[in-house]
Amino acid sequence: MSGVESAQPVLRLQNITKRFGSVTANEAVTFDLAKGEVIALLGENGAGKTTLMNILFGQYTADEGTVTVFGKPLPPGNPRAALDAGVGMVHQHFTLAENLTVWENIVLGAQPLHAPRLRSGAAKAKIRGLSEEFQLKVDPDAKIGALTVGERQRVEILKALYRDARILILDEPTAVLTPQETDALFATLRTAIDLGLSIVFISHKLHEVMAISNRVLVLRHGKLVAERPTLDTDRAELSALTVGAETSAPDLAPATPGAALLTLCDLSTSAIGTAPGLRHANLTLRAGQITGLAGVSGNGQAALSDLISGLVTPQTGQLKVAGDIVTAWSPRDAIGQGIARIPEDRHKTGTIADFDLTENTILETYATQFSKRGWMNWRKAKAHAESLIETYDVRCSGPDARIRLLSGGNMQKLILGRVLENAPRIILANQPVRGLDIGAVNYVHGRLAAARDAGAAVLLISEDLDEIMRLSDVIHVISDGRLSSEFARGTMQPEQLGVWMAGDGFEGHDYAA
Amino acid sequence: MELFEILTSAAFWAAAIRIASPLIFATMGELICERAGVLNLGIEGIMVAGAFAGWIAVWAGLPLWGGVSVAFMVGVGLGGIHSILSVPFGLSQHVVGIGLTLLATSATFYTYRVMLPEVSTPPKIDAFQPLHIPVLSEIPFFGPALFQQTALTYLAFILVGVVSFTLYRTPLGLAVRAAGESPAAVAAQGLSVTAIRMGAVMVGSGCMAVGGAFLTMSAFDSFFFDMVNGRGWICIALVVFGAWRPGKALFGAILFAAFDALQIRLQQTGIGAVVPYQVFLMMPYILSIIALIVMSRRAAVPAALMVPFNKGER
Repeated sequence: MSGVESAQPVLRLQNITKRFGSVTANEAVTFDLAKGEVIALLGENGAGKTTLMNILFGQYTADEGTVTVFGKPLPPGNPRAALDAGVGMVHQHFTLAENLTVWENIVLGAQPLHAPRLRSGAAKAKIRGLSEEFQLKVDPDAKIGALTVGERQRVEILKALYRDARILILDEPTAVLTPQETDALFATLRTAIDLGLSIVFISHKLHEVMAISNRVLVLRHGKLVAERPTLDTDRAELSALTVGAETSAPDLAPATPGAALLTLCDLSTSAIGTAPGLRHANLTLRAGQITGLAGVSGNGQAALSDLISGLVTPQTGQLKVAGDIVTAWSPRDAIGQGIARIPEDRHKTGTIADFDLTENTILETYATQFSKRGWMNWRKAKAHAESLIETYDVRCSGPDARIRLLSGGNMQKLILGRVLENAPRIILANQPVRGLDIGAVNYVHGRLAAARDAGAAVLLISEDLDEIMRLSDVIHVISDGRLSSEFARGTMQPEQLGVWMAGDGFEGHDYAA
Repeated sequence: MELFEILTSAAFWAAAIRIASPLIFATMGELICERAGVLNLGIEGIMVAGAFAGWIAVWAGLPLWGGVSVAFMVGVGLGGIHSILSVPFGLSQHVVGIGLTLLATSATFYTYRVMLPEVSTPPKIDAFQPLHIPVLSEIPFFGPALFQQTALTYLAFILVGVVSFTLYRTPLGLAVRAAGESPAAVAAQGLSVTAIRMGAVMVGSGCMAVGGAFLTMSAFDSFFFDMVNGRGWICIALVVFGAWRPGKALFGAILFAAFDALQIRLQQTGIGAVVPYQVFLMMPYILSIIALIVMSRRAAVPAALMVPFNKGER
């Protein structure tokens, strides 16, 4: 295997089993990691990848099994011991304090708490040295809150390197990066490998797995189902191993775009917290067409989605629905205009966790369809919920179950049913498949495509470029609140979109600041 | 102009500093708790308990500094109750805090009655006396205003420096601030969020209790039931006013105390003959509400304040 030394493994996991209640997240997982090796841990969402790595890092305690680092057993449930043994973890959801500076986040916990004072000068010098060595450019004095997602990830990696990590665990590190940032990350990782570090790389993007790893481990339902040297496998085999059974992405016939249903003309909105508002945006959503919106999160997607949902109103410019300029605009107006929403965060804004399925299915229509003279018609509502559960294949104990007990995929199916049942004219799908496994992804995509064919205008907002390119008839890129012009399906390569996502395609165009 | 005369008198500023002292102790205590992510509404009760504990310890024969230590330890103990309920158990910090205030207040009155069953007026102790600092206390105006205070007042100002240095210049302070901003970041760096938060609540509660003890051991020389009289709640507002920064909170405490000292003096002037005295009593509170509105518009509240952290959950 390409330059991997076959001495004692730096890391050995033996028979790791972890249960959450009745769910087995990991079952008897065993593998070794050699010095200088990159293992890719592949699997669908919910396959147990993150749980396994959290056990290795000591954030969870395994029910059975042992972790051995450099020949020494690691005490369970102790991140400090893992750090001291040389294990560093870059979490998928960054563990950074936003109001503290870069160097403070890195130094936190690295100097003993009883030390009389912080050694900031020495710390910053060491951080600058590591930045240089590993090509991780970041200003030690910057506040985390002011950094881009890519920069924050560099801070996470620096945190591990600062504490002399010899084993790096990266949990879906590329999920939030542009293609260019991904390339830079890979360059950093190659430097690390050359210096003798070992890496566990968690991903479900097959081309990245093929590009960076020496060996691929496939996890399915918590079990290690396959192990392949990267050179002896290919994307087709890995894809089949990951999913188990074959499910296919929907075949999309060419769209037959119809009338413009929703138009933004030179429209600007105010900023939302640290995320920018829209800046002189132009956009047309047409009937029978899926419009994809590519972009790194926090670049104005929230503003656009809130605008279309009726949560914010335009500051300047015009919003037209079905050709008419909108004067009054609220969520109620938006619903009245036939706009249906799949919200970005199904837990926070998509559902009410402690309401049951019946109540959650009628959140928008309870007043119009399920009540009479101020009295709720629960019988009708329940029958309605049952039919949605049936039609959209929601796996649950019944319409009386609290929705928080559903898995992400089933919750999303219910939301999808709620969205589609009233034959909406415009569908706002904001990250509709985030966190879903491939089976559920294909289901949601198929439904959205069917809605398109039935004449709906669909706006698909996603950080996953593959998803955007697969499903969209036309693509816009959003960067710092600016919207690119429309690119037709098949005219753009991911790298070209990446240039726009990084904000570099907008020069020379008339995008006023 | 009477107002001008009041504001330029050394006695007025000496009174303001004296009134500010218990507020400074308790505000620093609350600030430590909140910086670690725990709102401590037990402050009012802890101050009552501290006021009683310090005084009764001296009455029972301990030296003055022994009394201060006893008050501090009582605060640490009450903070321990708060922190066990609010940190590892993750209970509502509002409910725990209010409950602790009620518990500490009632337990104090109960203990008082058990220990002094017969008395109608509480006994007096030999309280802290003003400490004249050589040279400094001789400076015209500033000497009598600032440097003829009791040792506990000087300690309050020293405490502000210690808290400030610890928070911003030591690894421990960084860990406390991080625990209030992102406990997940603290845990990921191998530190115990539970230990940091519990420690902060206990030390902070100790400071609050010393603030209470100032009332019985320095401002007065005896214990009355309604002595603390809402000062704890004022300190919670002062932490917000100070944007969770020790220096600004100190400024807020002195400002509030100055208004309090001013209203007492204004009652005795010509205006006091016309305006009902209750209006003067309201003055510091009204002004602190106005100051809060002005000052705390863009206050940097610790991001994880009142958010419980449970290891192993997402």
